[in-house]
Amino acid sequence: MEIGIKYGSVFMQRHKKVIALALASGILLILLCFVPAAYLVSLAIMAGIYAVFCLGLNIQWGYTGLFNIGIAGFFCIGAYASAMITTPKPTGVYAHYVKQLFGLNLPFVAGLLGAALICGVIAFLIGMPTLKLREDYLAIATLGIAESFRLIFNNEHWLANGPRGLMGLPQPLQNLVDPKHYNYIYLIIIAFIVVIIYLAIERAIRSPWGRVLRAVREDEGSAAMSGKDVFSFKMQSLIFGAMIMGCGGALYAHYTKAISPLVFTPLYGTFIIWVMLMAGGSGNNKGAVLGAYAVWGIWIGTKFMTDLLPYFLKAKAPYIRFLLIGILLEIILIYRPRGLLGEEKRVSKLAD
Amino acid sequence: MLELIVYGIVLGSIISLGAIGLTLVYGIIRFANFAHGDFLTTGAYVALFLVTGLFSWIGIPDNTFGSLSFGWRMVIAFPLAMAVVACVAIALDRILYQKLRQKRSGAVILAMSSLGAAFIVRMIILILWGADSLFYRPGVMRPALELPLGVKIRPDQILILITVIALVGALHLFLQRSKMGKAMRATADNMELALVSGIDTERIIIWTWGIGGALAAAGGILYGIDVQLHPYMGWNFLIPLFAATILGTIGNMYGAFVGGLILGVAQQLSTAWLLPTYKPAVAFVIMIVILFIRPQGIFGGSSS
Amino acid sequence: MIILEAESITAGYTEVDILHAVTVRVSSGEIVSVIGPNGAGKSTLLKAVFGILKPRNGTVTLKDEDITGLKPDRVVRKGISYVPQMENVFPSLTIQENLEMGAFIRTDDYGHRIEEMYDLFPLLGERRKQKVGQLSGGQRQMVAMGRALMLDPQLLLLDEPSAGLAPVLVSGIFEKIKEINATGVSMIIVEQNAREALKMASHGYVLAMGRNVLDDTGEALLANEEVGRLYLGG
Repeated sequence: MEIGIKYGSVFMQRHKKVIALALASGILLILLCFVPAAYLVSLAIMAGIYAVFCLGLNIQWGYTGLFNIGIAGFFCIGAYASAMITTPKPTGVYAHYVKQLFGLNLPFVAGLLGAALICGVIAFLIGMPTLKLREDYLAIATLGIAESFRLIFNNEHWLANGPRGLMGLPQPLQNLVDPKHYNYIYLIIIAFIVVIIYLAIERAIRSPWGRVLRAVREDEGSAAMSGKDVFSFKMQSLIFGAMIMGCGGALYAHYTKAISPLVFTPLYGTFIIWVMLMAGGSGNNKGAVLGAYAVWGIWIGTKFMTDLLPYFLKAKAPYIRFLLIGILLEIILIYRPRGLLGEEKRVSKLAD
Repeated sequence: MLELIVYGIVLGSIISLGAIGLTLVYGIIRFANFAHGDFLTTGAYVALFLVTGLFSWIGIPDNTFGSLSFGWRMVIAFPLAMAVVACVAIALDRILYQKLRQKRSGAVILAMSSLGAAFIVRMIILILWGADSLFYRPGVMRPALELPLGVKIRPDQILILITVIALVGALHLFLQRSKMGKAMRATADNMELALVSGIDTERIIIWTWGIGGALAAAGGILYGIDVQLHPYMGWNFLIPLFAATILGTIGNMYGAFVGGLILGVAQQLSTAWLLPTYKPAVAFVIMIVILFIRPQGIFGGSSS
Repeated sequence: MIILEAESITAGYTEVDILHAVTVRVSSGEIVSVIGPNGAGKSTLLKAVFGILKPRNGTVTLKDEDITGLKPDRVVRKGISYVPQMENVFPSLTIQENLEMGAFIRTDDYGHRIEEMYDLFPLLGERRKQKVGQLSGGQRQMVAMGRALMLDPQLLLLDEPSAGLAPVLVSGIFEKIKEINATGVSMIIVEQNAREALKMASHGYVLAMGRNVLDDTGEALLANEEVGRLYLGG
């Protein structure tokens, strides 16, 4: 009997990955029986968008140790940048209702790249005064920046229509299928982009550049002493991560087709991404993606839980759900700070 | 213009209360507490519960004192709410931060944990009271007094200033004269030596959280008396609190007091040109400027 | 009578051990000096005795009590006080307050003890209200020792008391140390200034590379040619 248990646990240890995959597929199949495929697709899209953010944050935090709690700022800028690049500037009567700083009416790809580029530039400008600071000061600075951007977008109507936001954003390849099935196409686009970004980051991390980043995270002092320009590396990491977050913002904008400053709050735009990355495993790109899906799944799960609440609590449902997410983060930090997958062990092709 | 400065001082004194608590925690426990703003909020709401809920149920009378906007209920609720938030702050430390300290988690993990705690506290407040703005005494007339030089100030605001000065003065005496106060200053100077001398640093940490939480609660209640209560009130103060703390040099309570006043006046003056909602952004810009030109703050030694 | 025995201590800060089976004994009322080159583990030994470091192996016995691995706040209550080499004062507190902090765990009226400290260190007595951060190195060292003595310890651990002091102050510090010893306080002194340390010591231990190399009476070590060549250059 005991031998059976022992053998069973050894078996489970050795075949961890296969078992996890089987479990995930099993859950998926069960879900498909109860939940319409279209709903699962929209879940997968949102989680995929968040996965992009997690990958970006992973570069900044997981690999370089930058405590960026202003993700919402890049989210916001990326979304608005892409929105304004891909829509025309309102003219005539329309201009009375919608005010936009500029409108280039370019295709989706231009929006995506533009968002990344603008976020990169903003990251550079932000990084100049703040990257020399201690990690907790950096955090406060990033928070301040994100809040400032949100305030600006909310109050300066000439910029992007203020609190009403921008609507009617175009979607890539939207003419291929009828709107009912469009999400499948978008899911494919998202998956494609996530994979590209994943591979790009993996390449970068395994390169000498990536090794220096980790040296900076582990021990700035020694990295500096071996002649590495620590500031420059932190800046590159900040910019790289910010550009990816910009992509995430763009992807979000074109999925929801409408954005406003209300979306880019500290909760939805920063905090939940941190929970996702810590849950999945910071310092691990697979962990970043997995964390996004896992926590988004939990988030949706809490929606079903709160649907069961008595009516007088229903109005409080979003708060209860976020309370649970907050508690989840604390539990992770105390009991499993490495997250589900933990940090990657092998990072360099050369080291083994 | 003068009026902006006067109101800035009132606002600044509220910021100081929070900044002093934050600087104590930062200086003694070496930890950026992102939940500090929400201690303000909690204090305000606990007082709200007492004043409009419990005391009303018990039957404590609520006639206002002269031209002030509150009565006995608030007077009793004020210290009680401070005590409650002190306990909340201590509880958060015991449940969360102490465990992380024992695991030797880095400063960032502790700060992240406090960020999570901030959201948890805020969600609880949202669940219990909802997202609308609330008042201690809805619909009250708030006549202003005329002071020389044409400055208008409300009686409430004068009392706010008096309260802040009283609290800061009490803290000063505590830190300078009492054994525990001196031990707190010693621990802020050199925690290892404090341990070596036999000082129970865990008790010092508890006292620090208690005082920090209580002062923040006081700030929140005063703000609620002056303006209004809403669940994000403390979070909106977070950046000004940090700015004031950094400006006044981390760990220096007098610096935090001065820093708070400066932040308050600066924010208020900014409303001459900018919308009031931009006040946190103004605080943020000030903070960046300080970090750029004098990161050790007004009272810091040579930059290290 | 032996009041402290650190036997076969193996300890380190990380996985790497600094001390390897080091043994040191102190008898009641005596000064024991621990000398040796930099990195020999002398400071580490004091930290292991005082509980700042937990020894991986070995025991620390105070009179008949095993205090191995006890945390510093417990050890200090047993009658051992420790003066670290660096950062051994509270700079923003006054001299008076530093002494008061030294007496933190005392429950009696210790006013007389503070006066005794001012008798021992008259220079400090003149400046009770001055913040220690503004004092000179030598004065700070006196405050550091005064703080540690507030508890009337039976055993005082001093980590390099003359470090960083101008040469003219060094003999003054050692005079004070002898004065303190004369009141009955046993001491373990870790010192770079091996000559002076051995002159005061009834017993001396030479440590190198984390191990006991030699131990003998202070006089014998001073007279020892090899010791003179290797360690008493300065």
